[in-house]
Amino acid sequence: MSDPMRIRAQATGGKATVRVLMSHEMESGQRKDAAGKTVPAWFIQEVTATLNGKQVLSAEWGPAVAKNPFMQFNIKSAKAGDKVAVTWKDNKGETRTDEATVS
Amino acid sequence: MQTRRETLKQSAVLAGLLAAAGFPGFAMAAFNKAGFDAKSVQDATKAFGASSLAESKDVTIIAPDIAENGAVVPMGASTSLPGVKQLLILVEKNPSTLVAAFNVNDAVDANFSTRAKMGQSSDVYAVAIMADGKALWAKKEVKVTLGGCGG
Repeated sequence: MSDPMRIRAQATGGKATVRVLMSHEMESGQRKDAAGKTVPAWFIQEVTATLNGKQVLSAEWGPAVAKNPFMQFNIKSAKAGDKVAVTWKDNKGETRTDEATVS
Repeated sequence: MQTRRETLKQSAVLAGLLAAAGFPGFAMAAFNKAGFDAKSVQDATKAFGASSLAESKDVTIIAPDIAENGAVVPMGASTSLPGVKQLLILVEKNPSTLVAAFNVNDAVDANFSTRAKMGQSSDVYAVAIMADGKALWAKKEVKVTLGGCGG
């Protein structure tokens, strides 16, 4: 199991700014190891976010997103105390969900 | 016992339901492989169903002028236009052009940022796929001192 995500959600003027830092290798599939063999791609493909259980964001990522990806987005009509959950799924089918409270 | 006519009618209704409810959901969930395999900005936007490409001042790309480390280049895309379906971030000279695609809906602002890898100095594009099939883009050149792919 991978390390937890770090999620910070701050409410400002009726919106919530959500910053997520995920822990993932994001192997591009371009790199070669010491033996000259290509390292297979391993990256987050799908990212979704929910506000109080209702989906607000979905995104598709390619291998060009940097290692330990960072993502920032704004949720409209979110207030302090709301629960934001972020889920990612990588191309090996591994998935992880973490939750934070809007402050 | 069911007659042939009734059976046909039922299956038609079922197919209709599937087409109406199942398919858009399926399209959203499926990974857009064609888009992420695309080697050019045009091919990538085509994979998202956009027909025409046009430059627009209402689409903004946020990226540094010079990136010292190509492995971590902060970039963001935003637009103020209504009717945006998706926002894409693309790096023209990467092995695969498309970096990320964000689906825009009523609940979020059309303003996303992330960090990307860049193999070499290149133009970076923000493309907004509109609900009417248009693709509006903005670009910015980013110089990379140290590449982030391969090596």
